[in-house]
Amino acid sequence: MMSKLAVLISGALFGFGLALSQMVDRQRVIGFLDVTGDWDPTLIVVLGGAVGVTLVTFRFVLRRACPACEEVFHLPSKTKIDGPLVLGAVLFGVGWGVSGYCPGPGLASIGTASINVAMYVGALCAGSIVCRMVLRK
Amino acid sequence: MFDDVPVFSALTGGVLIGLSATLLLVACGRIAGISGILNGVLDRRSDSAWRWLFLIGLVAGGTFHHLFLGGESAGESTLVLPMIVGGFLVGFGTRMGGGCTSGHGVCGLGRLSLRSLVATLVFVAAGMAIVYVLRCWAGGAG
Repeated sequence: MMSKLAVLISGALFGFGLALSQMVDRQRVIGFLDVTGDWDPTLIVVLGGAVGVTLVTFRFVLRRACPACEEVFHLPSKTKIDGPLVLGAVLFGVGWGVSGYCPGPGLASIGTASINVAMYVGALCAGSIVCRMVLRK
Repeated sequence: MFDDVPVFSALTGGVLIGLSATLLLVACGRIAGISGILNGVLDRRSDSAWRWLFLIGLVAGGTFHHLFLGGESAGESTLVLPMIVGGFLVGFGTRMGGGCTSGHGVCGLGRLSLRSLVATLVFVAAGMAIVYVLRCWAGGAG
């Protein structure tokens, strides 16, 4: 029960944080990526705030033997920098620049009932499913 | 350039995102990577109850802000191609590369993962490149 509540609160904090920091505004995101235009550094402040917290807290959390409500930490096991990592990041970056949304802000905007967000989320899920079928991963 | 940055709300929002990722890690030992969580749901993995809960919270948090604290939104024209093409590439690329701005950016950098640092630099650079290309293209066409 505690773990379910923690997950729900974690999701809500994430969605609220994205909205408060205006990362759900695609013009802010495209403004950050538009380095030769009227550059908007807001995203740096948001990411800086978030990473500033995780850099400190993760250090302490990962020193624990296990999480509070589970037996083990579920951490990514891969460490190699390989082709799929780089090519995937390129494709993601292009899609991010074209749409102005990464997955978090796209999903957190569902409640705005915007037709653009609906199309984005549909295409996001389709892209993920097609990738699974093509790469079997 | 910096006059237009909502420093307080951007920093507060960023800190809340960092705290969210901390809570998920300390409570459940999970990484708050949105694309990974979405993929788990799309793949109907058997242990996906927590993923659904997280996504419900994510939508609820964004909707709460929109309803009670959001200002007047300008209202955007319908953008079919950018949303469909962009969304598809984001879905494909984040599964292939194993993460997005949250998993690689917020959490991966927090774990000092070299893989995540490389991914973050690459997707930011690719995003900047395509925005530049689109700007030139639009400029040329206009």
